[in-house]
Amino acid sequence: MTECESSRGGSPNLVAMRSFPAPTPSRPRSSRGIGGVLIAVYGILALAATGRSFVQIATNFTHAPVAYLLSALSAVVYILATVALLQRSTGWYLVAWVTISFEFAGVLTVGLLSIFDGQLFPSDTVWSMFGRGYLFVPLVLPVLGMIWLATRGGPGSAADGPTGPGE
Amino acid sequence: MIEWFAWVQVIVAVIAGLLCLALGASGHEPDDFSLGAVLLVEVLLLAQLVVALIAPAAGNTPSGNVLEFYTYLISAIILLPLAGFWGLVERTKWSTLILGVAALAVAVMVVRMLQIWTVQSA
Repeated sequence: MTECESSRGGSPNLVAMRSFPAPTPSRPRSSRGIGGVLIAVYGILALAATGRSFVQIATNFTHAPVAYLLSALSAVVYILATVALLQRSTGWYLVAWVTISFEFAGVLTVGLLSIFDGQLFPSDTVWSMFGRGYLFVPLVLPVLGMIWLATRGGPGSAADGPTGPGE
Repeated sequence: MIEWFAWVQVIVAVIAGLLCLALGASGHEPDDFSLGAVLLVEVLLLAQLVVALIAPAAGNTPSGNVLEFYTYLISAIILLPLAGFWGLVERTKWSTLILGVAALAVAVMVVRMLQIWTVQSA
């Protein structure tokens, strides 16, 4: 019964840190700086991907189920990434890394597949042709996101402003 | 969708976007200029919503997917207040840049809306 628990235990540090009340409570004093712009662009892309997949699935799902499910998946991932970037706890920091890495893998994979195998994606997704329909923003954004996450560091690092749980 | 009115929206949104980017780049917090410009774009979008609702009755029907058209329109209408709200909460130059990015995104969305309305299977 408890074996699954131990198998996904991961680093004990992370588990311990997560049980803290999030280090930055309601209103972070420090500005997000350029990270705010990044989050805003993520939000716009999340909106675009959600709108597109909603229309595609609502109108003719059977036309291209693979592409449309992928659109829906990418929409969910962009929403998750936007939320994760807004939060500053350890858990969300990891979610941000996972979702952004997934986006980067997604745009590269789907971009290549849409070039070499047009049959698989007869209808466009955000990631088709490396995000050409979105001014290549889906290709550039994960890279900027990863750079920002790396420079900002995790919660509690010096770059992240106030750290003490009390203040 | 009235074509010239759509282009008015695109042009105003682009000007508002560039204005906000310039203000943000020169270190201005969101102020009456940037928020006012974005508010103007929002008012035009709301007028566009009224136009889109009435136009089919006047014989001006969309040639493309109506659902897709309204998804774009509603998204655009939601987007600017979100950016504006952000600008009011976090008063830094970065928020002005966000206003600019949002306004430019709306410009692209209006162009796309016009394509959906006028060009079959765009």
